[in-house]
Amino acid sequence: MKILNSRRDFIKTGALMTGGVLASPFVLPGAYAAPANELKLAVIGCGGRGTGAVFQALETGHPIKLVAMADAFQDRLDGSHKLVLEKYGADKVAVSEDMKLVGFEGYKQAIAAADVVILATPPGFRPMHFEEAVKQGKQVFMEKPVATDAAGIRRVLKAAEEAKAKKLNVMVGLQRHYQNNYRETIAKIHDGAIGDITGGQVYWNDGGVWVKERQPGQTEMEYQMRNWYYFNWLCGDHITEQHVHNIDVANWVKKGYPVKAEGTGGRLVRTGKDHGEIFDHHVVSFTYEDGSVIHSECRHFPGAANRVDETFQGTKGKAYLSAGNHGVLTDWKGNQLYNHSRDNQPNPYQQEHDELWAALFKGEYKFADAENAAKSTMTSIMGRYATYSGKPLTWDEALNGSVDLFPDKLAWDAMPKILPGADGYYPHAIPGKTKVI
Amino acid sequence: MGNDASKNQDEKPAHQVKIDPFWMATHEVTWEAFEMFLDKNYELAIAEEPIGEIVDGLSRPSLPYLDMTFGMGKDGKPAVGMTQYGAIQYCHWLYLKTGIFYRLPTEAEWEYAAKAGSDTRFFFGDNPADLQAYAWISENSKESTQKVGTKKPNPWGLFDIYGNVLEWTYDQYDPEFYKNAETSNPKNPPLKLYPRAVRGGSFATDSDELSATRRFQSSPDWKRIDPQIPKSQWWFPEAPFLGIRLVRPFYPPSPEEIKNYYTTSPITDY
Repeated sequence: MKILNSRRDFIKTGALMTGGVLASPFVLPGAYAAPANELKLAVIGCGGRGTGAVFQALETGHPIKLVAMADAFQDRLDGSHKLVLEKYGADKVAVSEDMKLVGFEGYKQAIAAADVVILATPPGFRPMHFEEAVKQGKQVFMEKPVATDAAGIRRVLKAAEEAKAKKLNVMVGLQRHYQNNYRETIAKIHDGAIGDITGGQVYWNDGGVWVKERQPGQTEMEYQMRNWYYFNWLCGDHITEQHVHNIDVANWVKKGYPVKAEGTGGRLVRTGKDHGEIFDHHVVSFTYEDGSVIHSECRHFPGAANRVDETFQGTKGKAYLSAGNHGVLTDWKGNQLYNHSRDNQPNPYQQEHDELWAALFKGEYKFADAENAAKSTMTSIMGRYATYSGKPLTWDEALNGSVDLFPDKLAWDAMPKILPGADGYYPHAIPGKTKVI
Repeated sequence: MGNDASKNQDEKPAHQVKIDPFWMATHEVTWEAFEMFLDKNYELAIAEEPIGEIVDGLSRPSLPYLDMTFGMGKDGKPAVGMTQYGAIQYCHWLYLKTGIFYRLPTEAEWEYAAKAGSDTRFFFGDNPADLQAYAWISENSKESTQKVGTKKPNPWGLFDIYGNVLEWTYDQYDPEFYKNAETSNPKNPPLKLYPRAVRGGSFATDSDELSATRRFQSSPDWKRIDPQIPKSQWWFPEAPFLGIRLVRPFYPPSPEEIKNYYTTSPITDY
């Protein structure tokens, strides 16, 4: 943190972290055809996060040109284009009118126009968009989570294999992987600083997120697309959309994925017509191959206590981690083994793009985040399956689940699979009754 | 106002100003008070009576995606991390509920109240070592906000004037402002988003950096890690040390001035 007119005013430039370089260098498709090694960028999903990611890409200072934008909604696309153009100017932002692609289908054309694509729509579309980007041989930055159900995860895992075979860089916005306190503290855990990890607790408890009220004249599809957080085919529930960050940290620390999940959850305080079908709390126990258990808790209760962090216990000590740059290791006698400095830490969202674009401009193949992101997203989905059904299930049962939430047809007049009842309320999962796989 | 002996040029020259009477809150605004404004559904859920159409129509903060308590907790602690726009909208909400015009202090009002008639570096004297009896600062805060009102108040009964959280003022921060400031009710209406004046220091401030005349300023760096563009109008994801203390002017302005104060559109931040 920094207070101007204070001694904490100065900024130390954060040391650039480098991940492991993967096997062999690659030839960047299209890169050498572009003038002066400029790379062309397209963004699919022009909301706040997509626009933010474009800013971070352009902020790296490399010769990048934004050439195509796609969004379901004209207003979101126009709003995003205006800000990017104002900030970076016409020589960085050259999106012709026919490359402003509005609707469900524009992503293919946008991907075709670029060397590198940012995928930042609501997560339900990610499998489809990622598949297409890999099929077209493009480098990818995509946001988390990467799917909302097992059917989507299977598609992402398959495309991730293809991306590896084609040596396409794929970075996923699980930005804790690009944040120094996580990297350095977890490296020490993996070096055995607190022994074998026997348990842990991961939390995202806070007051909830935005709601978009239904507007007159909206079709059901448009309403759900605008208020996407509250529909599972788009969002995956907050255990997936938000808590995936903390669950992913557990998998990272454990160097693996749980073999079993059991849990409970429901809708207690967020129960209105505007609140779709998602739960407002989930509590899950994830059991890993070695028998260790990670407790996962996420809830959206305004007025209650907040907690967003991760703790782990090992045979020799314990760990505390948070997005506020905490990284503390303590032995069981209370001696502090490590305490990551919280001063002047790099912005992880910028760090992602600094590292990605540096690799792209060197022609390196360095990032293959999709498989882990898919498996961590799957872990969160398995948690949701457990809380929705009220029944334990294994990794294989969850991953092979046959329930596909995605609509059969994407069009403004098409109907999603989840629809409100006559009273305007949406049906939601009932543990003990609902079938999830 | 100001201090000719200060090492900080923005505190010079010391000059006398005349300000109209006002009440100032004895405590910084707590999470308990702020959260009712933050979330309409929460306000509805805990309200004992209907909250009314006007309040229902108020523009409220986007609920923060991140944990804006930063792991420090809420119970009895000051609400933190809000923008000046958010702080003013909180006043707006209070106005709609109570009919009373609350607003942020000007720098002049803040400094007058903080000094409480004293002429020393602090309202209790000149020794920074005595601060810990009156303030949560870096030396005693354990890097966290603390419950409001748990240290000794100033002579006018104001708690946590120094430390705990920096307090929003209404003014644009201008290091030259004292050189040409008006002597009657000086006010520097904010026209640029940054920097704006904040006062009093926080739990993260060292005692030797504090005084009654010390001026701090807001920074776009406090929104550095906001992953969205445009950045939030409501929240600073890296300002856990920033809060609100309200004032109520003895002579309220005209209804039109009140409306203007509350409905000035925020500047897009990106």
